[in-house]
Amino acid sequence: MHMADALISPAVGGIMWAVSAGFTGYSVRKLTKDPDEGIVPLMGVMGAFVFAAQMINFTIPGTGSSGHIGGGMLLSALLGPVGGFLTLASVLLIQALFFGDGGLLAYGCNLANMGIFTSFVIYPLVWRRIMKKGVTAKRIWWGSVLSVVAALQLGAFSVVLETFASGRTELPFSAFVVLMQPIHLAIGVVEGLVTAAVLTFVWQARPELIEPNRAHLQAGVSLRKVLVVMGIAVVLTGGALSLFASSFPDGLEWSMFGVMGEEEITAAGTVHSTFSDIQEKTAVLPDYTFKVPDGATELTETAALAGTSVSGLVGGAMTLVLAGLIGFAVTRFRKRETHA
Amino acid sequence: MPDVSSAVRDMHRMEALARSNTGVHRLHPVTKLLTVLMFLIAALSFERHAFGRLLPLFLFPVLTAALADLPWKPFLKRLLFVEPFVIGIGILNPLFDQVPVPFAGFEAARGWFTFLSLFLKTTLTVLAALQLIACTGMERLLAGLHAMGLPRVLVLQVSLTYRYLTVLAEEAGRLLTAYSLRAPGQKGIRFSAWGSLAGMLLLRSFDRAQRIHHAMQLRGYDGHVPLPPGTMPGMADAVWFFGWSCWFALVRFVDLPLWLGRLMTGG
Repeated sequence: MHMADALISPAVGGIMWAVSAGFTGYSVRKLTKDPDEGIVPLMGVMGAFVFAAQMINFTIPGTGSSGHIGGGMLLSALLGPVGGFLTLASVLLIQALFFGDGGLLAYGCNLANMGIFTSFVIYPLVWRRIMKKGVTAKRIWWGSVLSVVAALQLGAFSVVLETFASGRTELPFSAFVVLMQPIHLAIGVVEGLVTAAVLTFVWQARPELIEPNRAHLQAGVSLRKVLVVMGIAVVLTGGALSLFASSFPDGLEWSMFGVMGEEEITAAGTVHSTFSDIQEKTAVLPDYTFKVPDGATELTETAALAGTSVSGLVGGAMTLVLAGLIGFAVTRFRKRETHA
Repeated sequence: MPDVSSAVRDMHRMEALARSNTGVHRLHPVTKLLTVLMFLIAALSFERHAFGRLLPLFLFPVLTAALADLPWKPFLKRLLFVEPFVIGIGILNPLFDQVPVPFAGFEAARGWFTFLSLFLKTTLTVLAALQLIACTGMERLLAGLHAMGLPRVLVLQVSLTYRYLTVLAEEAGRLLTAYSLRAPGQKGIRFSAWGSLAGMLLLRSFDRAQRIHHAMQLRGYDGHVPLPPGTMPGMADAVWFFGWSCWFALVRFVDLPLWLGRLMTGG
């Protein structure tokens, strides 16, 4: 469910960064107050464990396919919500930097989709309530499956919302929801079962490791306060960023309109005509344009925006070639310098 | 996610690349991170049909690779693993946006341009992230971020995860090899072994964590780990950051390919 950078806008990425930073700050503060120093080395190794365990394929009985371990719920069940969240944050960062799984600007989105919902929504509302009367194998199975399914449903829905708010795809909201939710329901059931199998094994071998025994991590800063502060931060940041995002590219035209009375500078005068003549003479393919179909002005405009006009295509290809040539020249120059 | 052995190999390769000593490697880690963030903001701020205007941004990964002596093959290989998800979502766009757009003499659904845009943005952003770590290294990046105010506990957490990642990945690899030798022909772990296989790895990890903690305590660990002092950015950092920022701004606000194309075609 890693969200790629390409699917989000800077405004949405920025807002989700702010939200995730808030929860990270809350978790760090709580962990710093915690007297259990052993939790940090434990978190480090557990992060590495989740990373390694995610590479194991678990065969789904009765089907030819396989599933993976999720990690978020497992970490929260073993380390508590705060420890689990920070551990997942480190795993996601390493995955983004070393493997390109989830982008850097989308890091906040991924942390929210996979970490915040699991640790701060599903954990207290589902897992903790099921475990309230004591840990049993049956409760671990039910708790794991329900928690992972619910967390993945929330996460998948959040992916849809973030993608929709970013406006980087044509997928209608309803179609994307219909695509994402059922797939993640199936994934959630499998991940939940794997998580349950692992947690049950651990509970039978070392019952003290299951998180309720680390209940002291629950005390401290009020989550409600944090959520209120985060809510205000989201509104403020979202407002500021969306203002920036919506006004900045078009704001250039708007300011041009204010200054010039037109949205584009119309060129005139001898200097312009001289350079036009030079352009005509230097052009490799002068006046080489395709005929525009009648009444297709709007479409041509879209095409020009998309870089699909002939000039755009030629220019695009040349840009790539130029970038490649510059890279090639620099590499050659550096090699020659090294040999010299 | 890749398989265990290739993931470990990829990480070792990245670390080896990060140990070079080119001018890009010597730049302050935060400078490189901020430059990449500027690059990402510029690339992702383009609207969904834009693809021609994204092309000048390729100068950044191309020049970074040239100046930092980075090979292309491992990065392009990694892209092959990442692209399918975006392609999966992107390929649906032509179905939902079929407004015809003239394209090189014929008409294409506008959704194809959204798809192309998503593909290019993924290529650019993934390359930038991978190159950042390949010419910086995890430890230096974390030290730089700590100098910028990232909480010590977070730095320690990421650092420990990173250090033990290859160790545990190799352990998982040995477990899987042992399992496959006893269960030839099986593609994955059968249901009855789900809990015991991953559970054993987890318990071993816990024990390892405890041993590490005890060893750290014996060396005087009291919840604080000294981190290497961060260096200060220099003139080269300023040139790198502001130079690239200007280029990104130029690309963002001026349609360079169209300008170049008009210059060539006179169109």
